[in-house]
Amino acid sequence: MTDRTPRADADVCVVGAGPAGALVAHRLAAAGHDVVVLDAGPRFDPADRPAREETAIRPGETAPWGTGVDEHAERDAFTSTGPKSYPLNDARVKGVGGSTLHWQGMVMRLHESDFRLHTETGLGTDWPLSYADLRSHYAAAERAFGVAGASDNPFAPPRETPFPLPAFEPSYSDSIFAEACEARGIATHSVPNARNSESYQGRSECQGYGTCKPVCPSGAKYDATVHVSKAEDAGARVIDRAAVQRLEHDDAGERVTAAVYATPDGEFRQEADEFVLAAGGVETPRLLLLSESPQYPDGLANTSGLVGRYFTDHFYAGVGGVVDERTRQHHVGFNTTNSHQFYERPSDGSRTAIKLEFHNYAGPTPADVALSGDALGDDLLDDVRREYGNQVGVGALVEQVPQYENRVRLDRSKTDDHGSPVPDVVWSLDDRTKRTIERANEIQRGILSELDAEIRWEIGPEKTGPAFHHMGTTRMGVDPSTSVVDPELRTHDLSNLTIAGSSVFPTTGAMNPTLTIAALSLYAADRLRERL
Amino acid sequence: MELTRRDVLAALAAAGVVGAGAHEYAERDGGSADPPLTDHETATLVAVAEVAYPSAVSNVPDFARRYSVARVNDDADYRAGVREAVADLDDACTSWFDDRFAALDDDDARADALHEIGAVVATPDPSGGRSERIRHYLVNELLYALYTSPTGAGLAGLENPPGYPGGDTSYQRGPQ
Repeated sequence: MTDRTPRADADVCVVGAGPAGALVAHRLAAAGHDVVVLDAGPRFDPADRPAREETAIRPGETAPWGTGVDEHAERDAFTSTGPKSYPLNDARVKGVGGSTLHWQGMVMRLHESDFRLHTETGLGTDWPLSYADLRSHYAAAERAFGVAGASDNPFAPPRETPFPLPAFEPSYSDSIFAEACEARGIATHSVPNARNSESYQGRSECQGYGTCKPVCPSGAKYDATVHVSKAEDAGARVIDRAAVQRLEHDDAGERVTAAVYATPDGEFRQEADEFVLAAGGVETPRLLLLSESPQYPDGLANTSGLVGRYFTDHFYAGVGGVVDERTRQHHVGFNTTNSHQFYERPSDGSRTAIKLEFHNYAGPTPADVALSGDALGDDLLDDVRREYGNQVGVGALVEQVPQYENRVRLDRSKTDDHGSPVPDVVWSLDDRTKRTIERANEIQRGILSELDAEIRWEIGPEKTGPAFHHMGTTRMGVDPSTSVVDPELRTHDLSNLTIAGSSVFPTTGAMNPTLTIAALSLYAADRLRERL
Repeated sequence: MELTRRDVLAALAAAGVVGAGAHEYAERDGGSADPPLTDHETATLVAVAEVAYPSAVSNVPDFARRYSVARVNDDADYRAGVREAVADLDDACTSWFDDRFAALDDDDARADALHEIGAVVATPDPSGGRSERIRHYLVNELLYALYTSPTGAGLAGLENPPGYPGGDTSYQRGPQ
């Protein structure tokens, strides 16, 4: 039977075994500290990945990692009451490895301007850290992931060393877009990918399964189980199916004393000198709110009243269609060309950042067409050839300036499998972000018109949805009245409680957040080492 | 284009069937002492494949038989569904055409039968009505096998379909 009892004399207790928790645990365990990691979900058997991969291929299949399925409906219950519906369980994986198990693996650094949004545009706020403060940690995060990239992006922030691995070559589809973009004066460049273009640290190079999101069977795509294993090799203890119910604090209300967690074998208390919350942008604020006490009636570390506030995600914008030539889609499941040309915002703040992505997986696969068709034999093959092969698609991530009214709060009318109130995700789309989505669509339609494409779909302000990046709900700042954690990522209220992850982002840019999550986690681990 | 054992293994991998069991059934030429499907059930699946697959592929019986046997051997629930769907198909054909599906005169007759029964346009559903089950367990499963294989998807220009570890160079090549 798996031993899920607490670790005696732990130096550090980490809540969450996703990328933030795994990196912190590994770095601290490697430095000789006694570390225990608690994760609410299970360990997934790597041998099951082929079966999970099937869900990426067979039409109509969902939830390869089990989040929100009938068996876990109560465990993963949530509500979404804002103007914009939020499909939380599509956006996360609960278990060891976290949401990196189903992520696509694009890993860009934030631009320098992202750290001083208010100064440059009057929007949002500035980070209390600069790009220079995180620069070496970005490099360390790229080494940890094994990022494949090239220094061909004229819009990217300065770097000190080459990427650990060479970039993936552009796709044939990219070459079609390159001509159209050049004609319109749009610069394109490579995409830093957290997947191996060559074998790296014992993991194989990409095998071309083409199912990166939601499952990489070969392990060439980085996921946090890599650093969970490294942490365990360094002596950390990782306990799965250990759902932390609340954090307890001392009489003075200055230090966390224990994490109380529920397991299949009962409830336990894990004590430690330092605690690290790394449970993502939804469960991290939820746990703080669930940890209310007479001293903290509105939730732990919530003197500012901002725990859960400023919930932010990137909005997706896209346009796609068909062209009069074969475009070779779906050979791989990742992108190889982006454009950051429209990333920087006008100084008047009239729109936010846009990151363009050129898809290598536009339109249906042959299996998608065949299984939803209404013909057989040669007639069906004609349909498959017509629907697959000439598709093109341009997507974009669009920045939203964090909004106070968007938040994660407790829904006390509904409880999970342990009787705790579930998270209520309140999300909305503001006018500035709408305008930016419209601008992204305008750029995308322009590129497709250069290709003489027949436009078949458009994701604009009416149809837009989240990119599944949960950010902002325990924002970082210097002033305890306007932020939850300080520039060392410690909560202002409790001196031994650190938060690692995208919930500390004061603003979010339009870059996929995980490389910044990793850089901040390594930065936080260094601060912890100084204190331990 | 000939469907090969490599195609069988690729289709099985896309269906989540991997490892020694998949290889054993893909490589096996003879029958098994304890076959997971009867000869008639296998013949029916092959007959469905013959009309569902395009004329551009060859070696269809061997491909359909190897795939189906490994697939049902891996999943008892799926095997039960296939058996029920074959019985349903035979009942309908016997009632309407006086013979079981595999015994109908030729591929044209069998294609007509699948159309008449509604199995070509029905929404696939393992717990649906007769047409929905036949489409799910027989027609669509065999189409899934073909169009997730390198040769089958290659007919549409995708020689490295999702689920097949075809390396990281094909995406860089233009149309052949």
